Amino acid sequence: MISGLKLGRTLFEGGGVPTRALDAERGPAVLHGGYGETLEGVSETEAAAFAAMRKKLMLQAGVLKSFLTRKPPRPGDIGLGDAFQLGLTGLGLLRHGRQEARDFARMLLMNVADIADEYLTDDRLKGLIAFDATLGIHLGPRSPTSLLGLFYRLTGEVLGQAGGQYLPKGGMGTLARALETAAIAAGARLRLSSPVAQILTEKGSAIGVVLKNGEELRATEMVSAIHPVTTLQTFLPAGEIDTGLSRSLRHIRSKGNVAKLHLALDRVPVFTGVSLKDQRGRLVIAPSVNHVENAFNPAKYGAFSADPMMEITLPSMGDPSLAPPGACVLSALVQYAPYDLKEGWESGKPRFLETILSTIERYAPDIRNSIVAAELLVPPDIEARYRLPGGHWHHGELQADQLLINRPTFALSGYETPVQDLYLCSAGSHPGGGLSGVPGMNAARHIIAASKARSRR
Amino acid sequence: MTLDLATRKAAQPHFHTLLLESPFHARLAALDKTNDWYGWAGHKAPHALDDEELEYFAIRSTAAVFDISPMTKYRITGPGAVAFLDRLTVRNVAKLGINRVHYTAWCDDHGHVLDDGTLFRLGESEFRLCCQERHLPWLLDSAEGFAVDIREETGDVAGLALQGPTSCAILKEAGFAGVEALKPFQIGGFAHEGGTVTISRTGFTGDLGYELFVPRALALSLWDRLFAAGRLLGIRAIGYTALNRARIEAGFIVANADFITAETALRGNRLRLPDEIGLDWMIDLEKPNFNGRRAILAARAGKTLRHILVGLEIEGNVPPEHSLIYHNKRREVGIVTAAIWSPLAKRNIAIASLERPYGDRIQDGLWVEIYALRELQYQKLMKRARIVPRPFVTLARRSANPPGLF
Repeated sequence: MISGLKLGRTLFEGGGVPTRALDAERGPAVLHGGYGETLEGVSETEAAAFAAMRKKLMLQAGVLKSFLTRKPPRPGDIGLGDAFQLGLTGLGLLRHGRQEARDFARMLLMNVADIADEYLTDDRLKGLIAFDATLGIHLGPRSPTSLLGLFYRLTGEVLGQAGGQYLPKGGMGTLARALETAAIAAGARLRLSSPVAQILTEKGSAIGVVLKNGEELRATEMVSAIHPVTTLQTFLPAGEIDTGLSRSLRHIRSKGNVAKLHLALDRVPVFTGVSLKDQRGRLVIAPSVNHVENAFNPAKYGAFSADPMMEITLPSMGDPSLAPPGACVLSALVQYAPYDLKEGWESGKPRFLETILSTIERYAPDIRNSIVAAELLVPPDIEARYRLPGGHWHHGELQADQLLINRPTFALSGYETPVQDLYLCSAGSHPGGGLSGVPGMNAARHIIAASKARSRR
Repeated sequence: MTLDLATRKAAQPHFHTLLLESPFHARLAALDKTNDWYGWAGHKAPHALDDEELEYFAIRSTAAVFDISPMTKYRITGPGAVAFLDRLTVRNVAKLGINRVHYTAWCDDHGHVLDDGTLFRLGESEFRLCCQERHLPWLLDSAEGFAVDIREETGDVAGLALQGPTSCAILKEAGFAGVEALKPFQIGGFAHEGGTVTISRTGFTGDLGYELFVPRALALSLWDRLFAAGRLLGIRAIGYTALNRARIEAGFIVANADFITAETALRGNRLRLPDEIGLDWMIDLEKPNFNGRRAILAARAGKTLRHILVGLEIEGNVPPEHSLIYHNKRREVGIVTAAIWSPLAKRNIAIASLERPYGDRIQDGLWVEIYALRELQYQKLMKRARIVPRPFVTLARRSANPPGLF
C-alpha cells in the first residue's frame, strides 16, 4: 500500500507506538513492537504465555489475510483464480501441521474471553485483548465470534510488521497530507468542501454527480468512499436500485458503539505509573475481561456504560502544532456508547461525559483541573458530522454476518453496484474499516480490470 | 412512504378469516345449485353455480356476470404515483392515459415475475392496481423515496365482470347512458344510488365486456340493477370454470396456474422472467429503472432464458390438461399449463411452458402425452402438438366501436 501510493516509508519509520494496559495499582502492562513482540511489566511466565498466544493468533491472522486483499469469492461465481487461491490458503494452513489447521477451525468463531482464559492469567492483558477485539463492534468479549475483531486487527500491518500500532511522524494529519500529495502527483484533482447532492443516472448507468452548490460534474467511472447506504439510498434517484436491494440495505447493521472524546488540557496529564515520554503511546483502560463485558451489558439495552472502556492518545505529543507550548490535546475512543440511547443523547451526553472524566481521573488523578475545553462526539454526532448512517466508523458492523461476500450486503460485495460505472470502496466494503486502505485498493484493482476487459471487447 | 410493522399488519386483516364472503355472496348463494365453492385469494368463490356449459355459453351468446371482488386491489395516489408505478411495473405508466387501463406485470430484483395484473389510471395521479396476490409489503418497500400513498382496498371495493355480446346492451338498458362510447381499455364513471360505479371496457374473456367497481355498500343494488336490465337480454351469474374456458380461448395467462409467482414458488427452477411467460412485449427499456430491469437485460444478453410460454393446438379432442410435452416422442421438453376443447374454435387448444430451445428455435416435433381416465382405466394417447399464436379466438365484437347491441 505504502509503495503503491508512493507515500514513502520514512513517513512511518520509528512511528511504532507501544500500548499500555493501565492499572491504577499495579502500573501498566506494556506491549512493544507488532502487538507485543516484547512485553514489559508482566511476569516472565505470563510473557511466555502471551508469546504463545500471539504466535498462534498471528499464524491464523496470516491465513485470513490472504482473503482481505482480494475480491471475496462469491458462491456460484467462483472463478479458477478464486478456487486456486482457496486451495493455496488451505495448503498454507496444512503446511503448519494438522494441529494448526484444527486449531484454526476451532478458534475462528470463538469469543475472545475464552481465548484469553485459555492462554493468560494477567487481567491487564486479558482486558486489553478483550477491548481490542471488541472496539468499534457491538459485541462483548463473551459474545460468540468476538475473536474475529482481534484477528482483523492483527491482519493490519505497517512496514511488514503485523499487528503494529503506528503513528506517522507529525501525527495523523501528516498521513492525510501525504495521501493528498501522492494523489496530486498521480494526476488527481481534489475538491474539498464539495458535498455531493445527487448521483446522476441515465438508463441504469451513473453519468455524474450534482454537488450541493448545484454544479454538475460528469464522469465515466465513479467510485464512492461514502457509506454504501448513503451512496445508494440518498444519492441515487428514488427507484434506481431495486426493492430487494433497498430492503437489504435497510437491514445492514450500522449503528455506532463508540464515542470520541477530545480534551484540550493546559498541561500534559500524568497517568499513574507512566513516565512522561511513555505517554506517547496508546493508553488503554480495560482492567479485565469482566470490566469490558460489564461495560457492554447496558449497551444491549440502550444505555451507556457506567464504567466505560477507552483507548487514550495524546496527539499533541506527536504533532506539537495541535496545542500551544506546554499544553496538550487528549483524544479517546470510548466504548460503549450505543447509537440509540434510550434516554436520548441530549440529556445522556453530559452524564456520559461526566462518567468518562471520572473514569480517566482514576488513572490520571489531576486531569480535571487542567481541562480547558471538552468535546464528546457520540454516534449521532459522528453520523451528522461525517454523514455516516448510524455513526458507525466501520460503515457497518464488522461481524461474521457482514464480512466477505456479505459486506456491505451480498448483492454489493464485489465493489460493483447495480448502477453501471458506480463502484463502492468505503470501509463498508470488503474487508472493512480501519486505516488499511484495502477496500480502496481492491476496488481500484477491480475497476481497472473491469475497464480493461471492457476495452478488449 | 414507509409504515411501521403494526400499521402494516393492521392494514391487512384479511387472513383472520379463513374464507371471506364476497360483497355479492347473498346473491351468488341464492343462485347457487351446485354448492361447489373454492377459495380464491382467501374468498369463497364458485366453481360453477349451475350447469358449466350454460355458464360458458352465457359468456359467448348473451352476458355473464362474474364476481371479481376477491381480486386484490390497491389504491395508489399522490404526486409520485406515476414515477412509483414506473419503478414497480415493467410497462411505461407515463404512456397510460387518464381513464385508461393496461395489463402489466412486476418483478423482483432477479427479474422474476411477482404477479401480473391490470392498472387502472383513474386520474392524473390516481391509480388502482388489481392482481392475484397480496403485495402490500412489497409495494410499501418499493415506495421509499416516492411521494405516494398506497392503500389496500380489496375489501372496500366490490367488482363485477359483465362479459358477453349483450353486455353493452344490458348496461344501456340499466341506464348507464353513454357507456357505448367506451373504447376497449377505457374507463368511465357512472352514477349509481348516490355513488359512482367505475366501468371499464375490460375483461378476461376476449369478448365484448366490462368490469364494474363500486364501494362495497353499493354492491347488491348494482347486482340487482344489472339483473333487472338483463332479464330480456340474457344474463347469467357464472363461476370460474366457465370463465377459465373463455380465458384460455382468449390466450390469457393466470398467475399460479400458467406460471408460479416468485413469492409463492418453493423451488428455484419454478421462477420465471417475463420473457419466459410471454410478457416480453410489455417491457420498456427506455424508461428509468424498474425492478428487475438489470436482471432481464442480463438474461437476454447472457442468453440464460430457460423457458418459453406458447399456445398449442393438439390433434384430437381430448384436452391434455397438465400433460407432459415431448420432442420426437422421446425428450421431455415441457408441460401443458391449461387446456380445453374450445367450443368456439372447435379445436383442442392449450397453453404450455416449454424449455428452450424447444418452442423458441425448435418449433416442430412436439407431442403431448395424454392419460385419459376412462372408468378406472387409463387410455394413453400420444398426440401431435403444433405451436400456434395466441389468442386462439379473436372476436370482432370485442373491439368494435361502438359496440354492437345484440
